[in-house]
Amino acid sequence: MEFAELIKTPRVDGVVLRRPFMPTVEGTLCLTGHHLILSSRQDNTEELWLLHANIDSTEKRFVGSLGTIIVKCKDLRVIQLDIPGMEECLNIASSIEALSTLDSVSLMYPFFYRPLFEVIEDGWQSFVPEESFKDLESMTDEWRLSEVNKDFSVCPSYPSLLTVPRDIDDESLCKAASFRHGGRFPVLSYYHKKNGMVIMRAAQPLTGTNGRRCKEDEKLINATLCAGKRGYIIDTRTIAVAQQAKARGGGFEQEANYPQWRRIHKAIERSNVLQDSLIKLVEACNDQSHSMDRWLSKLEASNWQSNVKEILTTACLAAQCIDREGASVLVHGTEGTDSTLQVTSLAQIILDPACRTIRGFEVLIEREWLQAGHPFQQRCAQSAYSNGKLRSEAPVFLLFLDCVWQILRQFPCSFQFNENLLIMLFEHAYASQFGTFLGNCVAERGKLQLSQKTVSLWSWVNRPQELERFLNPLYEPNNLVIWPSVAPQSLLLWEGVFLRWNRSTKCLDEAYQEMVHIIEYNKELQNKVNSLRRQLAQLETEDKMVADLK
Amino acid sequence: MEHIRTPKVEQVKLLDRFSNKSVIGTLHLTATHLIFVESNSTSAQEIWILHHHIASMEKLSLTTSGCPLLIQCRNFRLVHFVIPRERDCHDIYSSLLRLLRPVSYDELYAFSYNPKQNDQQREEGWQLIDLAAEFERMGVPCDQWQLTDVNREYKRLPPNICIGLVKSVLPHLLCFYNVLQGGKCLYLFVSCLQAAVCRCSQPLSGFSARCLEDEHMLQAISKANHNSRYIYVMDTRPKLNALANRAAGKGYENEDNYSNIRFQFVGIENIHVMRGSLQKLLEVVGTRSLSMTDYLVGLENSGWLRHIKAIMDAAIFLAKAVTVEGASVLVHCSDGWDRTAQVCALGSLLMDPYYRTIKGFMVLIEKDWISFGHKFADRCDQLDPDQKEVSPIFTQFLECVWQLTEQFPQAFEFSEWFLIQIHEHVHSCQFGNFLGNSQRQREVLQLKERTYSLWAHLLSEKQNYMNPVYSPSFAESHPVLEPSTQACHFKFWRNMYHQYDRSMHPRQSILKQVLTFKESNRELEGTVQALKTKLQKFGVSTSPLKPQTPPRDQEAREDAPASTDGERTVEGSSATENGYGELTGSFGSKNEPAVVTLEFGVARMTC
Repeated sequence: MEFAELIKTPRVDGVVLRRPFMPTVEGTLCLTGHHLILSSRQDNTEELWLLHANIDSTEKRFVGSLGTIIVKCKDLRVIQLDIPGMEECLNIASSIEALSTLDSVSLMYPFFYRPLFEVIEDGWQSFVPEESFKDLESMTDEWRLSEVNKDFSVCPSYPSLLTVPRDIDDESLCKAASFRHGGRFPVLSYYHKKNGMVIMRAAQPLTGTNGRRCKEDEKLINATLCAGKRGYIIDTRTIAVAQQAKARGGGFEQEANYPQWRRIHKAIERSNVLQDSLIKLVEACNDQSHSMDRWLSKLEASNWQSNVKEILTTACLAAQCIDREGASVLVHGTEGTDSTLQVTSLAQIILDPACRTIRGFEVLIEREWLQAGHPFQQRCAQSAYSNGKLRSEAPVFLLFLDCVWQILRQFPCSFQFNENLLIMLFEHAYASQFGTFLGNCVAERGKLQLSQKTVSLWSWVNRPQELERFLNPLYEPNNLVIWPSVAPQSLLLWEGVFLRWNRSTKCLDEAYQEMVHIIEYNKELQNKVNSLRRQLAQLETEDKMVADLK
Repeated sequence: MEHIRTPKVEQVKLLDRFSNKSVIGTLHLTATHLIFVESNSTSAQEIWILHHHIASMEKLSLTTSGCPLLIQCRNFRLVHFVIPRERDCHDIYSSLLRLLRPVSYDELYAFSYNPKQNDQQREEGWQLIDLAAEFERMGVPCDQWQLTDVNREYKRLPPNICIGLVKSVLPHLLCFYNVLQGGKCLYLFVSCLQAAVCRCSQPLSGFSARCLEDEHMLQAISKANHNSRYIYVMDTRPKLNALANRAAGKGYENEDNYSNIRFQFVGIENIHVMRGSLQKLLEVVGTRSLSMTDYLVGLENSGWLRHIKAIMDAAIFLAKAVTVEGASVLVHCSDGWDRTAQVCALGSLLMDPYYRTIKGFMVLIEKDWISFGHKFADRCDQLDPDQKEVSPIFTQFLECVWQLTEQFPQAFEFSEWFLIQIHEHVHSCQFGNFLGNSQRQREVLQLKERTYSLWAHLLSEKQNYMNPVYSPSFAESHPVLEPSTQACHFKFWRNMYHQYDRSMHPRQSILKQVLTFKESNRELEGTVQALKTKLQKFGVSTSPLKPQTPPRDQEAREDAPASTDGERTVEGSSATENGYGELTGSFGSKNEPAVVTLEFGVARMTC
């Protein structure tokens, strides 16, 4: 298909762009296959380059022959384009509509994007499971790397290499897989160096109404327990929801069959509820009515902050089991691709200082989200301005980022990265020139040949020029476990994302710059003092030698 | 001392407010403080509670472990003791009951507090903030406005000082006016636009009464400002309240009688509503295992942030009228010392960068709050309390300032620790500044001779209250602050209302960290200088270091720079304390002793 077919009017002059807190720009609007471009054709004026994939929804209005298109983006920004001429406006609107809702993945921009920078380190090769297994091997010999899922037949949403207990053979894994939703049998997620406890993740067991059991599954998870030790199963659903799941063939681990495990139920919301929560939250944030009661009641009704609190609490609970109780943990919900990953990845940020470095955080996202089969393409197809026709969209990843931000706010010196990295990841998960977040699982990404045909986000992020923007000047490595407060008074609204386009950030940005400046000046002074000291010491020695000679 | 029945009780349990943790220690009762010393020798936490800070006490019903005593403080500390023997508990309770209800001003802590200063130092302390100098700064008196001492004896008016001015060509002029009729007391802010802000109490208009002198007065103020043909009259009350006042012979200005006025109601609620609102707020945030829904619903129902926003809106209206329209504004409420003080003080802060400095802020409080007779004794419950007079009016003002610091991090020379510390001492009665209800009463009490000034104390610790990212040049680019009034930009001030609940705070403080860096920079600059001087003795010329901030302290320092890494302890952080969930049954939770280091300026008790 040619993009040109969809572009009825490629160019319109005299278009006015209006954005809150920014001067209006008048210029020429151009539509290309992947971008909406507005240029004033003057040197110093900012131009708008908007990926069609970033457009969540559009509205059009007419006053006389002046048409207005309101473009609502997945990164939550809302812009307004005033287009002279009704026909032009209609053409542009329908083109945007068509181009922003392309069905075929292979028509997405990442397949056409050619980087303007030299790829020094290929992000597609940066995170190899074998590498992280080597680290694990140096600490313990109880785990092995299994190729049972080599052709993705045992579990389509898992990667080809999986870390499993050494004593469990591939045949047992296959049997255990048939007992778990989507074939997602329990695999290693995290190994806690300090005491050898582990976090595992899986999907729900398929016990059904008649209480099916699977010896291999029991053996598999028991293999992770030391003699006489007990573990925790964290089910991210309430007991009621878990019970209901039985009717559809799912279920949960029965005490009788898993006597060494204690099950805890938490209440993390499911995907469609979360999407609804996001839509309501963004609607509240964009409400210009200035009434305090209305704002607070809308914020409450969105339930977003409750979701953040619940996810964070569950993650802390998992971390607490590992670090404080010295017990291993198995986490699952229904499918094991959403709330499960939120919990396991956040628990690692709390427990493992390595995850708080930029590189470590990238590894975490690669391993716990991309390889673990979070269906990014489905979940991030639409954002907060989606209307009606929702399939399986849900801000699962955004909630995870929000929780990371909450921890970052409470431990501002313990992370190597700053808020910008989290916001950037949010943007790219929803619309990007890079291929990293395309597809729903490793198998799909292989079929799409993303690593050959697109550029990895990590290739770009890890360039020294880009990294600088994401560095936290206050960072001081901290090897402790960091326990965030989950009291509602301690959890804040993530303004950097949700109020980003509704406020002027100039004052806040300048204050941040001043802080960076103070810290940099400190380093500079330290160096200066050191070099002067050396110089002085040298002179003094020389002086002394001269004196001695005399 | 005769009121203390039991000076010391051992084996007292202190329960944490939000978790199941508790510590054992000894309770000491002194003439001024209630002190809890933890027995555990490693952490040995101490809690000092000034009697004046105690707002209420409650003896709960006896439990197996002892008699619980709940103490709620005005600085939002809440302690829950369990005293093993009921008799001891009763003794402590009744002793405190007497101690925290002083019958005369002489019993207040300020009259016994002695920071080991001599009389001269004390006097100097009181002279630090000088209102006469403030008028001079504003260029008053001048040809257009004059000072009047008509209220010298505090006889004609409710006890306020009064100075009258009519016009000035100088920018940022603040002054006072006083008219004999109607109990008006005017206070002027004259900007470069020659617009004035005046304050007064409500007119005694009733349904039809007029006062020609009052009308002339307003006309005179209006005429003094050539930029605008009209003058705004802001009644900060909701219209309904103003109407109700009419029946009592008070009310508001009738636009028919006053020429060229633009009358405007603002709708800030009265002291009783504010008191109730804070009570509701504290109840909500004091709940254990609070859910997000209950928190947000409670926050909304308390109305607290709505009131804060109403005050801010009024101040912005005032600032806009003066700076954009160049119009003069007359502000009043009922008595002219609560809402009026809030709006005028906040409006001045928005318009004049001077008040955003540490010293300027002290001047602002001294002028707008203290000298204009905000009834601190009544509002802050200093003496013989009439609970109906207590209201967090001043706290609201401090919170509005905090909301501004959040939106404009570089505009203020001070940090929130400064605001919290002022709040602490408004209630502590440790310094003389806020004692009494009016200027007249303060003179009668001879506060300047018998007590010390808070401002001197705060200035001596200035370093701790500095905002490290403050930029004096911000004032030039933003002479007038224009805050956003969108509801989502108003936040719950956790560090105030939970200042003693350490488990809710960020475990690492950016503010503290950056302050440490800034301090280290200052020391390093000194070290560089010293090293250079030494090098010069060897005849080495060094390239001048370009200081990015002007070195304030040239004092040479020989010693190595203080550790620049600062403290990176993760304070009070433990899983159990946060109470994530229910790990019970066969898996008992282990408690880990949490070292709670009280952060400077936040949870520190000066004594």
